[in-house]
Amino acid sequence: MAPVANASKSSKRLPPAIRRKALIERVQTNLFSSVPNTILTLLCIIALVLAVPDLLRWVLVNAVWYSPDGSACRAPDAGACWALIPEKYRLILFGTYPYEEHWRAALACILIIGMTVICGIRKLWSWQLLIVWLIVITAAIALLYGGILGLSVVGTHMWGGLPLTLLLFVGTVLGGLPLAVLLALGRVSNLPGIKAVCTGVIEITRGVPLVTVLFMAALMLPLFLPDGLTINKLMRAQIGMIIFFAAYAAEVVRGGLQAIPRGQYEAADSINLSYWKRTRMIVLPQAFRIILPALMNDVIRAFKNTTFVSIIGLYDILGATKAATNDPIWVRYSAEGYLFVFMLYFAFCYSMSRYSMGIERSLSARRNY
Amino acid sequence: MPDKTLNAGYLPMDDSSAAAPKRGRRPAPRQNLTKRLQIMGLRSVVYQILVIAAIIAVAVYLFGNMQSTLASRGMSMGFGFLDDVAGFSIGESPIPFDADATYAYAFGVGILNALRVSIVSMVFATILGVSLGVARLSPNLLLARAAGSYVEVFRNTPQLVQIAFWYTLVTLAPAARLAIEPFEGAYISNRGVYIPWPADGAAIIPVSLFAIGCLGAYAFLRWQNRPTLSPRLPRPAHLAVIFALIIGLPALGWIAAGAQTELSVPELRGFNFVGGMSMSPEFVALCLGLSLYIAAFLAEIVRSGVQSVPRGQIEAAQSIGLGKFTLYRRVILPQALRVMVPPAAAQYVSLIKNSSLGIAIGYPELFTITNTATTLTGRAIECTSIMMAAYLLISFSVAIAMNLYNRTIQIRGH
Repeated sequence: MAPVANASKSSKRLPPAIRRKALIERVQTNLFSSVPNTILTLLCIIALVLAVPDLLRWVLVNAVWYSPDGSACRAPDAGACWALIPEKYRLILFGTYPYEEHWRAALACILIIGMTVICGIRKLWSWQLLIVWLIVITAAIALLYGGILGLSVVGTHMWGGLPLTLLLFVGTVLGGLPLAVLLALGRVSNLPGIKAVCTGVIEITRGVPLVTVLFMAALMLPLFLPDGLTINKLMRAQIGMIIFFAAYAAEVVRGGLQAIPRGQYEAADSINLSYWKRTRMIVLPQAFRIILPALMNDVIRAFKNTTFVSIIGLYDILGATKAATNDPIWVRYSAEGYLFVFMLYFAFCYSMSRYSMGIERSLSARRNY
Repeated sequence: MPDKTLNAGYLPMDDSSAAAPKRGRRPAPRQNLTKRLQIMGLRSVVYQILVIAAIIAVAVYLFGNMQSTLASRGMSMGFGFLDDVAGFSIGESPIPFDADATYAYAFGVGILNALRVSIVSMVFATILGVSLGVARLSPNLLLARAAGSYVEVFRNTPQLVQIAFWYTLVTLAPAARLAIEPFEGAYISNRGVYIPWPADGAAIIPVSLFAIGCLGAYAFLRWQNRPTLSPRLPRPAHLAVIFALIIGLPALGWIAAGAQTELSVPELRGFNFVGGMSMSPEFVALCLGLSLYIAAFLAEIVRSGVQSVPRGQIEAAQSIGLGKFTLYRRVILPQALRVMVPPAAAQYVSLIKNSSLGIAIGYPELFTITNTATTLTGRAIECTSIMMAAYLLISFSVAIAMNLYNRTIQIRGH
C-alpha cells in the first residue's frame, strides 16, 4: 500500500480507473462462466428453493409472535414460537436479578457496552483509557450490587443474564491481558527458571478444557484457602476464566514479541534502557500493533466462552435461557430461546470481528517495515 | 585479563602489552561487585531462585491449607477409592459397564466415550471444513457466499449454545414409532439415530485391517518418494501395491473371518429400536455441535492456506501445462499444507477438549464421569487430578503427533 501511495504522490499519477461491470456481465462471470459453474449454480438454486420456503414459513409466516400462555404455539400448523421472547425476555436478559431493580442491570449493561464502543475509537486509545475502564467497571458493579445511594443490596448470587456475561467478559479481558503479557515475557526470557515456570503454566492451562478449569475454580479452590477466607462463586469463575484467557493470549503476545526486529532490542540496549523500560517503551507498543488482529480472535473467543459458566451453575444468558425454558408452558420451545441467544451473541461477536478486520486493514496499510 | 581477551586472535602482542603483566595484576575493585555478579549471571540466578522459592512457598501454604481443611472434614488424600464399586449407571459405553464396575473402570469408560465422540466429530469436521473452504474459494459467487455465511454464523456464536440447540432439535424428533426414515433401514427418532451395521462385530476385522492398510500405503508412498538414485517401481506395480494394501487386505480379512454378509437392521420393538448401530441423542447432538463448529474454523484455515500459495506458483504450473488435478496435487496442496497444519492441529486439540461440553447435555464423557464421581465420593482433588492428567495426555499426544506430521511436510533443510 505504502509504495503505491508514494508513487502517486510524486508523479501525480492517478490509479487506473476500475470499470464497473454491468449487472448482467457480473452475473455471467460469477455464476455461468462455464458448464460446471452453471451446474453448480443450478444445484445451489435448487437447494435454496427446497430449503428457503419451508424455513421462511417456520421462521416468519406461521410463527407465533404473541401468546402469553403459549396456547397459540400448540396449534398444529404453528411455526416458530417467538411468543417465548416477549414473555421471558426479562428473565433471559437479567436472570434472577430482582424484577423491580432491572433498570439497574440494564444501566450497567449500557455502561459496559458504551465503554466498549468508546474503546473502539482509535483516536482515544491511550493508557488513561484503562483508568476510565476501571471506573466504569466499578460503577457497573456498584450499580448491580447496590448498598450505596439508597440502592438495595443485591448479592452476586442473584446476578444473571447479560450484565453477568458482559462483566465476566470485560473482567476476563482486562484481568487476563496483563497476566498474558507477564507470562509471555517470562516465556521468552533468558532466565531458565522463570522461562520454565511460565511455559509450564501456559502449556498446562492450554492442555485442559476451560470447563475443567472452571470446575477446579468452583470445587477445588475453596479447599486450598485458609479457614474463614471464602471467595464467592462468581469471583472464582472469573479467576478461572482470567487464567485460561491469559494462557491463550500469552501465546499471541509471544508471537508479537518474537516478530519485533532484533535491531529494536539492540537499539534499546545501546541507549542503556533497563529491561522494564525497554519492554514498556520499545517492545510492547510495537508488539501490540502486530498482534492486535490475532488478539481480537482471543477476545471474541473469551466472549463466547462466557457461556461456559452456566455449567458451574451461574445464570449467564445461556443459564438464564435454560431456566426460562424450564417453565412447563415453554419447555418445548427452548430451540427458539437458543435462537434468540444466537442472535444476541452473533450481534456482539460479528461486530467485534468486523471491527478487528478493519483494524487489521488499516494497521497493515500503515506498517512500513 | 581484559587485555588478553581483547588481543586474543587478531592483534599480535607487542612489547608494551606483553610487559603489562609485569606491573602486577590489580585486585578487582569492590565497587564493581554488582557488575561482576551481573556478568556471572548471579543476579539473574538470585531472581530465579526468589521466584521459584516464592512459588514453592505458596504451594506449600496452599497444600497445608488443603490438608487442614480435609482433616477438619475427616477426609484424607488417596486414590484407594478407585477400586471401590462405582454404583452408578452410564447411559452408553463402548465397553460393557454395569453397576458392579469400579471407579477406575468408570473413568476409563469416560475417556473412551470422549475419544469416540471426538474421533467421529473430527472426521465429519474435516470433510465439511475442507468442502466449505474449497466452496468459499469457488468462482461461483452463490456457492462462495453460502459457504461464507455458514462460516460467519457458526464462528460467531458460542459452541455451548450450539450444542444445547442441537440437543433440543434431536429430542424434538418424533417418537420411535413415527421415526423419520432417511433411507431404507435407518431411523431418526427422539431415541437417537439407528443405522444398519454388520452383525455381531463382523466389521471389526475388516475395518481395523483397512486402517492398517491405509497406514501401510502411506508408508509405502513415503518410501517410494524417498530421494534415491536406485530405480523405483513402475507406476502399475506401484498402484497394485496400494490397491492390495487398502482393498485387498481388508477383503482377505473379511473372507478369513467367514465372509459374513449379514447386516443387522434396526427394527421397532416396543418403544425403541433393536439391532443395527445406535447413536444416542446426546452423542448425535454433541457430534453435531463439535463438528459443525470446528468445520467453520477449518474452512477458514483451508481458505487462507490455499490463498497463501503465491500466484506465481500457479501461473508457473499452468505455463508448463500441468492439468488442474496435478496443479492441486503437486503445487497448491503441498504448499498450502505447510501453512494449514499448525492451526488445524490447534483446532483438533480444541475439538477434543470441548468434548467436555458433553456435560451440558448429559453425554457420559470424561468430565461428566468426573463430576459424578466427585459428587459421589467427595474427592474433588483426586478426581480432578485424574481428569486433568487424562486431558493433558490426550492433547499433548495429539499435539506431538501433529508436530511430527508437520515436520514431514515442511521444506527440508528449514
